[in-house]
Amino acid sequence: MAEPVHVGRHVIYCGVCTLPPEYCEYGGTVNKCQQWLEKNHPDLYQRIWSPEALEAATASLSLEAKERAAKDAKKKAAKAEAAEQKNADRLANSVVTIKRIERNKRKYVTSVLGLEAFGLELKKVAKDFGKKFATGSSVTKTPSGGEEIVVQGDVSDEIEEFLLEKYKEIPEDNIELVEDKKKKGNAA
Amino acid sequence: MFKKDSITASPKQKLKSSIQRSLRTSLLTTFPLLTPYIDEVLPKKSSLEQMKLPDRVSLYVIEGQPIFYNQDNGVPVPHLKLVHRFPQAFPTIRIDRGAIRFVLSGATLMAPGLTSAGGRLPIPTVREGEPVAEGVANEGVDAEGHWSRELEKGEPVVVMAEGKEEACAVGLLVAGTKEVKEKGKGPVIEEAHFLGDGLWRLNVD
Ligand SMILES: [Zn+2]
Repeated sequence: MAEPVHVGRHVIYCGVCTLPPEYCEYGGTVNKCQQWLEKNHPDLYQRIWSPEALEAATASLSLEAKERAAKDAKKKAAKAEAAEQKNADRLANSVVTIKRIERNKRKYVTSVLGLEAFGLELKKVAKDFGKKFATGSSVTKTPSGGEEIVVQGDVSDEIEEFLLEKYKEIPEDNIELVEDKKKKGNAA
Repeated sequence: MFKKDSITASPKQKLKSSIQRSLRTSLLTTFPLLTPYIDEVLPKKSSLEQMKLPDRVSLYVIEGQPIFYNQDNGVPVPHLKLVHRFPQAFPTIRIDRGAIRFVLSGATLMAPGLTSAGGRLPIPTVREGEPVAEGVANEGVDAEGHWSRELEKGEPVVVMAEGKEEACAVGLLVAGTKEVKEKGKGPVIEEAHFLGDGLWRLNVD
């Protein structure tokens, strides 16, 4: 059977600020947005940022409005930079904990905590783990109200390797491997 | 409504098919121009899911794509990503270039941004008293960007912008377009959904 004809438009969104690129000028990341667009969609870049296009775009604004817009853009850029710095600091202090837990004698599960700090979607990562290691893997709630991924089996080292390879945003130093030996009166 | 950069949402929940049907009907009643595309907007093989957002707003998602939202089960308002896919299906007004940055920072849209030279408000092309074709599919936008029918208070409307191809906001009119033209001042849309707001940034996958 023939596929139904799709008529909906596919709009390109900026890989940096997520808006349609013609609106990048209103975010605080214009320079980065421009670099991204020039690299990924050079034709669209020309249409939006060529000198002629810019000339046409500002022709209708008064001098005062132009100055105000420039000042506004500067303020936004400073704010975005500060936010980025704050985010970088936060990431530097975030830790992913991979814990080997003994469930029964010689039976282990591996819990992975802290991935969300790096912007990863736990459900998706859990699925990836399941596929990669051909084992059960799911997201469960922790007693403290957060969420963790629990993988069946002792796959701590494999998980660390997989994370480092696939998610470059997590620095090696920010991953810690721990072992949770089963003992009586185990305090969580 | 979604001014905060990040808003919290409940996990997606599949809706009963009777509710899905009534939402489909309400979407088509509000936006008859969407009729030719409805099977692409809401593919029959997939089910519509609901995410509950703050302020008693529900967002409806299908196949990982945000479709529309409503507040207190009220009038459906299209998500901007749906508007970008099917721009011809939604009534529009247009703001002038100067108003863009205010709208994108969550300010109430005021009449002067629409009544100025760069703005566009409807110019009715169906004269009063003239019979309107069944299905109301005869409305649309002219070459200059004027919608062909005056829009009523409470109607959802898409906000285009001078010099831009894509819509930048959507929301419910707090004043009819005829009144906006006559008065030339006052709020036109409060609590819009705009590019870059919390709803735009919400992860619906
Ligand atoms: Zn951008």
